[in-house]
Amino acid sequence: MTTTGIPEVSGRSEEHGHLGELRTDPIGLLSRIREECGPVGSFDLAGRRVVVVTGADAVEWYFRAPEEALDQAEAYPFMTPIFGEGVVFDASPERRREMLHNQALRDRYMRGHAETISREVREMVADWEDLGSGRVDLLDFFAELTIYTSSSCLIGRRFRDSLDARFARLYHDLERGTDALAFVDPYADVESFHRRDASRVELVELVASIMEERLAGEPPGEDDRDLLDVLLSIRTEDGELQFDADVVTGMFIAMMFAGHHTTSTTAAWTLLELLRHPDQLRAVVEEQDALAADSPDLTYQALREMPLLESAIKEALRLHPPLILLLRVAKRDVEVLGHAIPAGDLVGASPAVSNRLPEAFADPDRFDLHRYLPPREEDLEHPWDWIPFGAGRHRCVGAAFAMMQLKSIFALLLTRFRFSLAQPSDTYRADHSKMVVQLAQPCEVDWEVR
Amino acid sequence: MSWTIVLDEDLCQGHGVCESEAPDVFTVSRDGVLTILDTRPPDDLRGAVELAVRHCPTHAIRITEE
Repeated sequence: MTTTGIPEVSGRSEEHGHLGELRTDPIGLLSRIREECGPVGSFDLAGRRVVVVTGADAVEWYFRAPEEALDQAEAYPFMTPIFGEGVVFDASPERRREMLHNQALRDRYMRGHAETISREVREMVADWEDLGSGRVDLLDFFAELTIYTSSSCLIGRRFRDSLDARFARLYHDLERGTDALAFVDPYADVESFHRRDASRVELVELVASIMEERLAGEPPGEDDRDLLDVLLSIRTEDGELQFDADVVTGMFIAMMFAGHHTTSTTAAWTLLELLRHPDQLRAVVEEQDALAADSPDLTYQALREMPLLESAIKEALRLHPPLILLLRVAKRDVEVLGHAIPAGDLVGASPAVSNRLPEAFADPDRFDLHRYLPPREEDLEHPWDWIPFGAGRHRCVGAAFAMMQLKSIFALLLTRFRFSLAQPSDTYRADHSKMVVQLAQPCEVDWEVR
Repeated sequence: MSWTIVLDEDLCQGHGVCESEAPDVFTVSRDGVLTILDTRPPDDLRGAVELAVRHCPTHAIRITEE
């Protein structure tokens, strides 16, 4: 079969091709690729071609491609200065399978995590009952909460207990250091990269001080040991620590990275979209009130069965996917829908575009809980278009954990507090200047005790 | 009419949801490899297998009728 070339989207500029647009309006760029080029198009990322595939056929090919064809490990150069040298961004599918088991993301550990998350939410709002009402910035609130939940569930309670809001602020500066400019130079002389590097140094100091405290203090009981205790117990032949503070910090940053900004941002958008759609909010709150009346302690089983809240979270993920462009590197010449892609090209799939294709989703820009309920079930009907978690062998291994976490958060917040928008509705927007998409501040809402 | 369970190995990540739903039919090893113990289970397990298919996070299993 003969192959044809791949069209390039309009708007290339002299310097760095489409990089400028990727840093200011990436969704505009990605949508235009689909409009102008169809399911297989491309843009120029500072002299390197990025092929972007959309639509079920091309996306299925993308997510089924084996490692030897499309590789993820080298596709995200902006992560190296954040994790540190030697801490890889991606893992092979085999390693991912192991992680599912070792990192307690498996189905059977979820029950314990659900309790941990509920406790963390209660602590975050511990003084709200006394205050009666107030105003909260959703980015600050959920970013701090999800630092506590992810550190507690993935590293351990003891480590989480040595963290406070300072860790969350430093971590946020790391996430802000994901400017696409890193494709040109990850150490370019820009403010966000300086702050990224300064924050990482501070985080290493913070972790070093926690490690020193532990080494000086009493060893914990067997049941209280967390991952940091385990790492501290591993010594070289000379009796030195196998992992110093820099390496440990890199490991912890990497473990928490995938689940932090993603969950935090999705929590914020779930609440905001529900507040923009009062009828659908009312239905979700009624569902939660009924469940709370049935089972005040919120059993794990109850968490699994919350169709309306789950649909609200899915809609937030569909309309505001935390990752808007997923990337791989073509390791050999490959072919999709009759188009030849040479080895060395970057190849991307875009949840931001796929999630809103009218071929798959009725009235795609509308927030509509009912699209997930029988008989429509648009996510199940279109598994290669509904891709906020990616799909196939590289699908987010934390998806079930994320869904359980988000349900736990809102089961508690919505039954105890009433929320309202504190700004005009259209002023809540995403900040697309970084590859890690977060809400632009301010993004405040008012709350009062119900 | 009989039915068969088909696994798409490209897609399976070894989450173990199928094992939770239908432990007589699916088993996931410690290193995350799924084995289907019985690809043609008796009809009384059909409901459990359908739940496993439905809740598989990666849509890696399906039922075919013959």
